[in-house]
Amino acid sequence: MHALFTVFAKEFLENLRDRRTLVSALLFGPLFGPVLFGLMVSRMLNQSVVESDEPLKLTISGSEYAPGLTHYLEAQGVKLTMATLSENEARTAVRGGTAQVVLIVPKEYGPRFSAAAPAPVLLVADSADSQTRKTADRARIILGGYGSTIAQLRLQVRGVNPLLAVPVAVNDVDVATPTGRAVVVLGFMTYFVLFAVLMGGLYLAIDSTAGERERGSLEALLSLPVARSSLVGGKILATCAYMCISLALSLAAFVCVFRFLPLERLGMSGNLGPRTALIFFAICLPFVPLGAALMTFVASFTRSYREAQTYLTAVLLVPTLPIAFASIYSLKTRSSLMFIPSLSQHLLMTSVLKDEAVAVHDVWISAASSLGVALLLMVLTARHWRRETMLG
Amino acid sequence: MIEATNLSKRFGDIQAVRDISFVARDGAITGILGANGAGKSTTLRMLYGVLTPDSGQACIDGIDIRGETSKARAHLGVLPHAAGLYGNLTARENIHYFGSLQGIGGDLLRSRTAELARVLGMESFLERRAKGFSQGQRIKVALARALIHDPGNIVLDEPTNGLDVMAIRNLREMLLSLKAQGRCVLFSSHVMQEVAALCDRVVIIGHGAVLADATVDSIRERSGAASLEEAFLQVLGDTAGVS
Repeated sequence: MHALFTVFAKEFLENLRDRRTLVSALLFGPLFGPVLFGLMVSRMLNQSVVESDEPLKLTISGSEYAPGLTHYLEAQGVKLTMATLSENEARTAVRGGTAQVVLIVPKEYGPRFSAAAPAPVLLVADSADSQTRKTADRARIILGGYGSTIAQLRLQVRGVNPLLAVPVAVNDVDVATPTGRAVVVLGFMTYFVLFAVLMGGLYLAIDSTAGERERGSLEALLSLPVARSSLVGGKILATCAYMCISLALSLAAFVCVFRFLPLERLGMSGNLGPRTALIFFAICLPFVPLGAALMTFVASFTRSYREAQTYLTAVLLVPTLPIAFASIYSLKTRSSLMFIPSLSQHLLMTSVLKDEAVAVHDVWISAASSLGVALLLMVLTARHWRRETMLG
Repeated sequence: MIEATNLSKRFGDIQAVRDISFVARDGAITGILGANGAGKSTTLRMLYGVLTPDSGQACIDGIDIRGETSKARAHLGVLPHAAGLYGNLTARENIHYFGSLQGIGGDLLRSRTAELARVLGMESFLERRAKGFSQGQRIKVALARALIHDPGNIVLDEPTNGLDVMAIRNLREMLLSLKAQGRCVLFSSHVMQEVAALCDRVVIIGHGAVLADATVDSIRERSGAASLEEAFLQVLGDTAGVS
């Protein structure tokens, strides 16, 4: 036990002094997720704001030919910019980004409108730009509204019931809850948390195994009167320590991000406060020894730093697999899934974030299965370290 | 005292060591001489128990390294072929780490470190991080950490590799002083002059087997050659002695 803590203390200290390791373990790992998450969510917020709140901006050319339409658009709250553009000029303006959507009213609009013939207007937009496409769609809806208003008035004037022209009345019932949309984002968030855990221990796991071999200190270490399991145990414990720090930093960063994002507008209960963060920490804690043991185990088989880096970067993606699987099949929390590490943590955190009830035995199953796999990996690692091939 | 009795080791198709026996006595320096690939490192690795012999036995002060590994290792200081340090730790921390794993601590560890720093001339860089150490400084720290638990037996695998003339001379003096303290010093080398200058007894290994085991002078006498180099070549025969 004394040897185990000696190894732990030395690995902890050595890692603390390595600037590159510290930056990746305690800066990049834990902050990458929250920052990216913050950007993604604020982008989603911006888009939904554009969809509903912001007034539609439209450049109109030839408004003098269609005063009725111009009034209608203004009454609908559309911000009109008057201009005189030919079709080609309008194309250039839209392509160049000086105007988002241009509405051109040609000269023949007036006579055709008066003659009750279809009066043409041109809507110039770039459908490849998702933002402009949305604006164009909104403009189209408003123009359609103007068209049906005029149609109804014309029928009324001719003594025809305007409702005859509305054979089907479509009423939209949208069952998609805003929370449903948020689930995708939440999936990312939980992965980022687990990613931060693994990143926190990545370099220590490499340095304490492949690094030890590469710098030639391994053989001297192995010829000491110390049980190999103590060496492995100390190294995994130190990796766990850094993973815990990284996990805590990552959750703290998420708490900050959640505080500044008006998530309610997306319909997400932005309830990731310090208390929830503590619950998350507890949920993820059993995943820490699993991650540490897995990384140390894989790195123990590699001959060099570079080789270890290659394999461990792949290990970083391991927790995504069950999470991706869960989102594809939209799996809901159930006890049988709690046996799968990383998926169980993902489901539990998502449930907590969505304010759903979490069964206590699910938490236990998740913790026990993660710790079980961790223990198995530790035993396998220690066994590998007892082999002669460890010397390389 | 280090005893090797009928040690054999095979890696796949290659018989790296066959039936090697010798004794390295206390208060003497024993050299294992052989060409690269002759089986020196494999033999030493079996002595300090990181390789398991297919057959035979290795004992440190009469303790079987396989039977009571930890107990035997407490009597043994090892300077392996690759004697890397932890670059982010200071020389002192490198030494303390090994001392602590050997089970010594507190005042004893501090006084042992101070003593070794004085003897090995490490005081000037004891508190510096090992990252930028010269090969000579590195070997001193590696030797200090092998000696931190005051072992009666020391095994060094090609310790002079990569050292400059001054550092080799220092090392030679250190080995002689270890011998004078009554310790058993066993080291391997492929450089004959080194062995000739230092060793009381030489074990020449070729093709993984012992070709000669005697004092430097008696090997020279027996072969009738003037220098150990010629004697060495005669003992090896026509081949390079590499398996």
